[in-house]
Amino acid sequence: MSRRAYHAAAIAAEIAVPLAILAAWQLWTVQAQDPKFPRLSTILVEFQELWLFSQFELHVVPSLTRIAAGFGIAVVLGILLGIPVGLSRWGRILAMPHIEWWRAMPPPALLPISVVLLHSIENRQKIAFIAFFCLFPILLNTIDGVRGIDPTMIETARSYGVRGLARIRRIVLPAALPQIFAGMRTSLSLAVIMMVLTEYFSSTSGVGYVLLISKNTLQLAPMWAAIVLIGVLGYLLNLLLILVERRVLAWHRGWRAATAQ
Amino acid sequence: MAAPGVASAETVSGETRPAFGTVAARLAPVLATVASIAAALALWEFVSRSGLISEEDLPAMTTTFQELWSMMHTRAFWAAFGQTVRGWALGLGIATALAVPIGILLGSSQFALRAFRVPIEFLRPIPSAALIPLLFLTLGTTLQSEVFLAAFGAFWPLLVQTIYGVRDVDPVALDTARSFGVGRFERLYRIKLPSAVPYIATGLRISSAVALILAFTAELFMGTPGLGQIMNVAESFGLTVQVYALALATGFLGLAIYVVFSAFERWALRWHPSQRAAVQ
Repeated sequence: MSRRAYHAAAIAAEIAVPLAILAAWQLWTVQAQDPKFPRLSTILVEFQELWLFSQFELHVVPSLTRIAAGFGIAVVLGILLGIPVGLSRWGRILAMPHIEWWRAMPPPALLPISVVLLHSIENRQKIAFIAFFCLFPILLNTIDGVRGIDPTMIETARSYGVRGLARIRRIVLPAALPQIFAGMRTSLSLAVIMMVLTEYFSSTSGVGYVLLISKNTLQLAPMWAAIVLIGVLGYLLNLLLILVERRVLAWHRGWRAATAQ
Repeated sequence: MAAPGVASAETVSGETRPAFGTVAARLAPVLATVASIAAALALWEFVSRSGLISEEDLPAMTTTFQELWSMMHTRAFWAAFGQTVRGWALGLGIATALAVPIGILLGSSQFALRAFRVPIEFLRPIPSAALIPLLFLTLGTTLQSEVFLAAFGAFWPLLVQTIYGVRDVDPVALDTARSFGVGRFERLYRIKLPSAVPYIATGLRISSAVALILAFTAELFMGTPGLGQIMNVAESFGLTVQVYALALATGFLGLAIYVVFSAFERWALRWHPSQRAAVQ
């Protein structure tokens, strides 16, 4: 096959395969007539009716707020704690057992405890829960990133008299940033899962709540619409973070390309 | 770094006789780790006993460990523990059996990868938690629900890692094999698979944690038998101490899985650490 024909076929496949999957779904559901698996067209109509935008403010906004607040707190705390711990050997020795323990703890095991401990099923509990479990991937990656800094860079900064906060802001943080972003990507997908879990466990609003209520009332179309919405949210949030990362780390890629030559 | 036991043996033999300072320097981190854990446990005890957080909300550390200890003498606890481990193992096993071959297939063919890229990119970030109500209505509170959920969640990280691993094969090794007339199947078996192993090991470490989370989630939310289900029951009866003890048990299970799989990962990575790029 010629190169051009191959590329054309590849692009065609890239478009055709997803469409074929969707078409197969539609055909199968039309044929099966199973109320548990509504037609794709029904789901899409329901999706449009619910989320664009009649219930958007009521349920999507609270969910997004919780993700944003929880994730935001985790990013700030993860970097603020991770830099000093990463810079100090004793800090790592003292902190690592705790970080390893909480990182290995399955989050849903703490859901009932979070409700008991915080006396809340409102935003306070949800944001705290999301923030807590999003913290560890960011913290670990910050520590790793700070540890991995080229010692020459630190020595150079020291001999030029760059010290204290200036050293952290201008040398340590930028050097660790690529790895911090890797942690943030893991955490963001965790945040979406935690949002669904906390809302599904106990809540009065949010996408997870819609999921729970439509299950309890056997309303299959809204349930599927909520599943699709959660998928779309996960996809879009990930995309957004990748765009931010590209912008923030543009200098890094340029520098890597330059040193590689 | 040598284990503390090795260091003291050297002093006894008297041959190397490291200065007291060296032994202390080796022992200090271990002692510090132990002290750090002890301090956290003591803090837990203090916060609860002093009433900073009432004992009703946060049972004392000693109370919780006692509860866990007495639970460990019951058959019901170990039955639930076994059920959770079974759901986890079946889910992870099925995910591995599917993700590794599919990953090798997609990783070996640029064409297949492009054809399935969009569906994968779309399905991958779907939080499996969203599937709970659907599974509840279709498969019900059965082991199948739990295994499906765990397998679905564990599948994606492993698939992505396998694809990366196969694509990262040294092209020179592959071309050399080809020019020596090594067949397609043997190339796969002898070259592609071994060089993908470290990536698969990383994928397994991530997926093993995900599978446990989802097995437990299925039990907590759907009532499939296991640790999550008895935690749900304890919670609805207001047995806070039991809830904490079960969380502790689940944490230890998670820690054990993490320790085993990261040891496997280190073992798999031992021969080419350089291959390990930025994987989470």
